[in-house]
Order: sequence, then structure tokens, then C-alpha cells
Amino acid sequence: MTKPDSIDWGAIIADPRFQTLHRRKTTFLWGLMAFSVIYYFLLPIGAAYYQDLFKTQVWGVINVGILFALSEFIVAWGIALYYSSVANRDFDRMAGEIAADFAKRSGGAA
Amino acid sequence: MNLALRTRSLGLAAGLASFALPAHAEASAAGSYRWVTFLVFAAIILITMYVTYVAAKRVKTASDFYTAGGGVTGLQNGWAIAGDYLSAASFLGIAGLISLYGYDGFMYSVGWLVAYITVLLLIAEPCRNIGKYTLSDILAYRNDPKKTRIVGALSVVTVSTFYLTAQMVGGGVLVKTLIGVDYEVSVLVVGVLMLSYVLFGGMVATTWVQIIKAVLLVAASIVIVMLVWTPYGFSLPAFMQDVVSDPKVQARVAALLGDPAKNMTAAELGQRFLGPGLYFKAPIDQISLGMALVFGTAGLPHILMRFFTVPTAQQARKSVVWAMAIIGGFYVLTLFLGFGAAKLVGPANIAAVDAGGNMAGPLLAQFIGGGPDSFFGNFMLAFVSAVAFATIVAVVAGLVLASASAIAHDLYVGVIHGGETVPPQQQVRAARVATVLVGAVSIAIGIAAKGQNVAVLVALAFAVAASANFPCVLLTLYWKRCNTTGVVAGMVVGTVAAVGLTLVSPNLTYPKAVRAASHKVLDGEAAKRTAIADLIATGDASAIAKATKDTAALDKAVTKAKADMAKVEGQETSFMGLDKPLFELKNPGLISIPLGFLAVLLGSLLGRDKRSEDMWDEVYVRQNTGILVSKASSH
Repeated sequence: MTKPDSIDWGAIIADPRFQTLHRRKTTFLWGLMAFSVIYYFLLPIGAAYYQDLFKTQVWGVINVGILFALSEFIVAWGIALYYSSVANRDFDRMAGEIAADFAKRSGGAA
Repeated sequence: MNLALRTRSLGLAAGLASFALPAHAEASAAGSYRWVTFLVFAAIILITMYVTYVAAKRVKTASDFYTAGGGVTGLQNGWAIAGDYLSAASFLGIAGLISLYGYDGFMYSVGWLVAYITVLLLIAEPCRNIGKYTLSDILAYRNDPKKTRIVGALSVVTVSTFYLTAQMVGGGVLVKTLIGVDYEVSVLVVGVLMLSYVLFGGMVATTWVQIIKAVLLVAASIVIVMLVWTPYGFSLPAFMQDVVSDPKVQARVAALLGDPAKNMTAAELGQRFLGPGLYFKAPIDQISLGMALVFGTAGLPHILMRFFTVPTAQQARKSVVWAMAIIGGFYVLTLFLGFGAAKLVGPANIAAVDAGGNMAGPLLAQFIGGGPDSFFGNFMLAFVSAVAFATIVAVVAGLVLASASAIAHDLYVGVIHGGETVPPQQQVRAARVATVLVGAVSIAIGIAAKGQNVAVLVALAFAVAASANFPCVLLTLYWKRCNTTGVVAGMVVGTVAAVGLTLVSPNLTYPKAVRAASHKVLDGEAAKRTAIADLIATGDASAIAKATKDTAALDKAVTKAKADMAKVEGQETSFMGLDKPLFELKNPGLISIPLGFLAVLLGSLLGRDKRSEDMWDEVYVRQNTGILVSKASSH
């Protein structure tokens, strides 16, 4: 096994493919994170400051508040599935290429 | 543990709140059906013991003990995370809150699921790629190993002890209520059982106990929800219509609202049960609580530890997605459990058995099975009780394992012996010694804290995890400038801020305030008695009915005021020597989380650490690509 100390990590960082992976992941992850945090806090904020809206009945006795709380579940699951489909398809492939390249190089050196 | 904590607490574990049970109110099965309860409990204990026996043969190295050798699949780990996370507070507590307060209880459950988005997007995969056994492994990778392992281990033990105490006390009361054995005996049984899983079976047994518990919990909930919902042809509006039309529910809302309810019709009262604001009164507190949940889960050591049990980042991702499906699905089911219990059992009957509502689920199970006099009703009660018992044991096992690994792996192996020079057998022995130590201490604390309100401790565990662990782990993983000084500062400031703010918060008892409130009730008593007498004097039937109701309410309020006065007899100030809270929020997250982040930022900018800077490239490449990950999981 290659020792971590003997690896030129800076070279991998400088690799344009790593730069692309880093850029895409950063925008994607923090964007999704910001969206999910904002969407979540709309619930306690709405329940506290927009009670009349939350109490408005829309489906029999079911009101906006209940539907909004249920939508939180759908959105959370949606984010999880969306993230994992993008990660499974793109991020894993990009990271895999970099790792395979690395294994080839360090294998050759040893 | 002599904190005089306030009884009516809006804590995270509102679930495990006020477990102050009157002696006569036990939900245990009728005497003639006691054997059913014992049979179901025995069956579940036997299954988990068998699993532990099989697992014990596979535990040979430290890696086996702490992380099941990294050989758990994503699907298995997803179930285990759900089993680790759905503690008694969330399982019994949320159904109880919904049954007593309607909408607010359901809204409260949402934060517990959303928390996993943070875990999924920012924490799970990098942790798997970099860590080995513990939270401190991640911090120590690029920062000064000794310093960060010491503060990391202290924080892990702090968070776990808070959580553990709440679970032990809640578990003791729960088992006592459900099967009628003494509190001390139930704490001892929970402790010894948990200890035997962890001690002999390590993470392998703990994982399987958590999986079994999660499967039983979900299965039991599905059966109950089917029985509750089938009569409505699986229509949500029809079911809810029936809930809000129920006189028991309407009476509950009237009691909660007090005077403003007088001008409301029965239909309006019922509908109000589906609106917000019956439980959560202070919006800022609620947002503060949400922050502790959403960021604290990602800093809970026993949850983070679960990501070291899978072999790759892909499996870690898969396990969070499964966990979110199971945990979220369960909370959707609690919507029916909670509202179903409100409609069928009735909020007043639930609160009579346990003021915090924790018995809503078990009581609903008994009702739906045919009631307290039927075999099936008692079987259902026994089954749900046994699942609740398994829940506590499984959560406690995960917590003890996290604490033991911090002591044995971080402090003993990492700090005292300076790392990997300790032979494998000795590492496993250290882990087992630490387990016995933590287990014994948790049993002792559980017994010592008898009768205390421990709800605030679960809230505190999440607040410390969110204010100390989360900023340190997050910035170590994502911020180039982060270094040892920042991590040490963040851990110390985050923990001190969360604990300190809680100690001066309204969660504690303030004798002067209690006395003032009680005096107000007692002073107003005479005037109210006169008003009641006037009502009776009118001779009108409805007025007399109202007078009877008012008398009952007044008697109750007076008894409570007198009891409250007696409790604070001879005390002048709170545990911290204060007349009134210095800090108005019950949940410190809103202040302590930003403080924790600020401490890491300032500490990192002010201090310098060459190792933290030099290791950044390696940490960043590894957390993104998984290069060398096999090194972490191989043994």
C-alpha cells in the first residue's frame, strides 16, 4: 500500500478533472443545502407568523399547514433522490477516473 | 444530578418530558394477561441474544468491535441508522405530542427528517472517506492528533452522556409503566442487556439489534395504521374529518385554549386541533430548536460512527437515503398513530396515564386490538411495549459504543499510547474495559437521576452536537484555513455556550417565579368560588353544568399550585443561584451554533498550524475521491 506521505496530493488537486469535480460538487451541494434549509425553516416561520394561512382549509378539513408539513417530506426525499442520482451518475464517475489514474501511476512507480 | 429541572418542559424530547406518573396510572396489561407481556419480551430478548452470540464469534479486532469490520451494506446500515435514531423520544414522544396537541406535534417531527439532508450532502461521504472509528479521527487527520483527540473525546462523552441519561431515565420509567417492575430494576435490566450486546458483540451485534428493532417498530406501526385507517377507505380527509368531529378532541382544544375557546363552536374547536400554536408558543424558540435538530444530527457521535461501518462512500450515501426513507416513512405513520390515538383513546385519557403523552402509541395499540379486556388488545400492547423496550436498549447500545470508542480509541490508544503501536488484542481489550466502565456509569446515573425531568438533556445533547461537533467537523472537511487552534476553540466555546445558556434558561426551576405563579392561583381562588356560586344560584341547568366543570378545573389548579409551592419550599434561587432566567430561550441553538462557528473561524485565523495546512491537500483529495479508503476499512 502506498504511503499517504509519499503521494503528491497537490498534483491531484491541480488536475483539471479534479478542479471540475470540485467546482461542480461545491455549487451543487451548497446550493441544495441552502434550498433545503430555507424550505425547512419556512415551516416553523409560517406556523408562527402566518397562522391564518396555515389554518386555511383546502381539502375537506385538511388545511394548508398540514399539506405544507407533508410537502416537507416529499421535498426531503426528492432532494435525497436527486442528489444520489447526480452523485451516482457524475461525481462517482469523475472521482473514479481520478482514483484509477492515481492507482495506475502509483502502481507503476512501485 | 441534582438539577431541579422544570416539569413542563418544551424540550427536544418533549416526548420524554414530564414522566411524572401517578402511582395508580399504569398502562401495564391486566393481571390475567401478564404472561403475554412476558412472553413477547422474552421472545425479543432471546432473538437479540442469539444474534449477539453469533456476532461475538466474528469480533476479533478493534475494527470488528468499533465498525463491524466495515462490512455492513448500505441497506443494512440504513435500517441500523433508523434504529439508532428513532429513540423513545421520537417514537413514543411524537405520537404523544400529536395526540395531545395536534398539528404542532406533526410539525415537530419534520425537523428530525430534514436533519438527514445535512448528513447526506455534507457529512456522510467525506467522513467515510477519511475517518476510521470515531469522530475525532476526522479532526485528528489534519490537525494536531493529541489536542483534537482530547477535545473531541470530551465532547463525544459529554453529548453521549446527556443523551444516555435521558434514555436511561426514560427507559426506566417506561418499563416500569409498561410491565410494572421497580424503576431501579428496569434501569438495571436495560443497562445489563445493552452491556451484554456491546461487550460481546461489539458493533456487529449493535447493528443487528438496531436493525431488528427498526423492522419491528415499522412493522408494528404499519399494522396499527392499517387498522386505524381501513374504516375510512384510506382517505385522508375522511379520517381527519372524523378526528376533528370527535368530542374528546374538541374538549381537549377547549381546555388548551382556555377563555378564548368560549365563543367557539364545537366544529371550530375540532378544526383548531389541525392548526399550529397549541404547543409551541414562542416562535424564536421553535426556530432555535429546529437549528439544533437540523445541524445537531450531523454532529451526533453515535450517528457519525455508523458511517464507518460501510465499506465505501457510495454505500454511506445509500445508507442515508435508506435511513431517510425509513425515518420519514415512520413519521408519516405517526401522523395516523397520533391523530388515531386522539380520536380513539382520547387526549384526556392519554394524559391521565402520562402527562407527556408517551403512552399514546401503546394505548392506541391496546384499543385497536380490542381493548384492555381482550387477548389481542393485550397482545398488541405487549408487542408495542416490547418494541419500545428494544428501542431504548438499541439506542443506548449505540451511545455506549460511541463513548467507549472515544475513551479507548481516542484517549487510550491515540493520546496515551500515541497511536498505532498498540497491539490489536490490547485495543479490543481497552474497548471492552471502556464499554464496561461507560455502561456501569450510565446505570448509576440512570438510578441516581430517578424522578428528575431529563427532557432538557436530549435537547442539550443536540445543542452541543450542533454547536461544537458540527462546526469543527464541517470546517475541518471544507475549509482550507481551519486548524488545531480553531478546532479546540470551537469544541470548547460550542460546548460551554450550549451548556451555559441552558443552565441560565427557563428550563430550570426558579422558586420565586413558581411561588408567584402559585400565589396568583391561590389569591384568585376566592373570587372564582364566588363566581361559581353565582352560577349555581341562577338555577339554570347549563349554568350548573358549567359550574361543576369550573369547580373541577379550579380544584385541580389549586392542588397543583399547592404541590408546586411545596416542591420549592425553602428555596430562593435556581440551581445556578438565579432569581429569574438570564437567557429567555429554552433551546440555546440560535446563539450557541453561531458562537461555535465563530470560535472555529477566529481560532483558525489567529492560530497557525503547519500540519493542518500541509494536510489540507490530502484531506481534500481523499474526501472527494475516496483514494486510499481501503486503508481505512481493511484490517
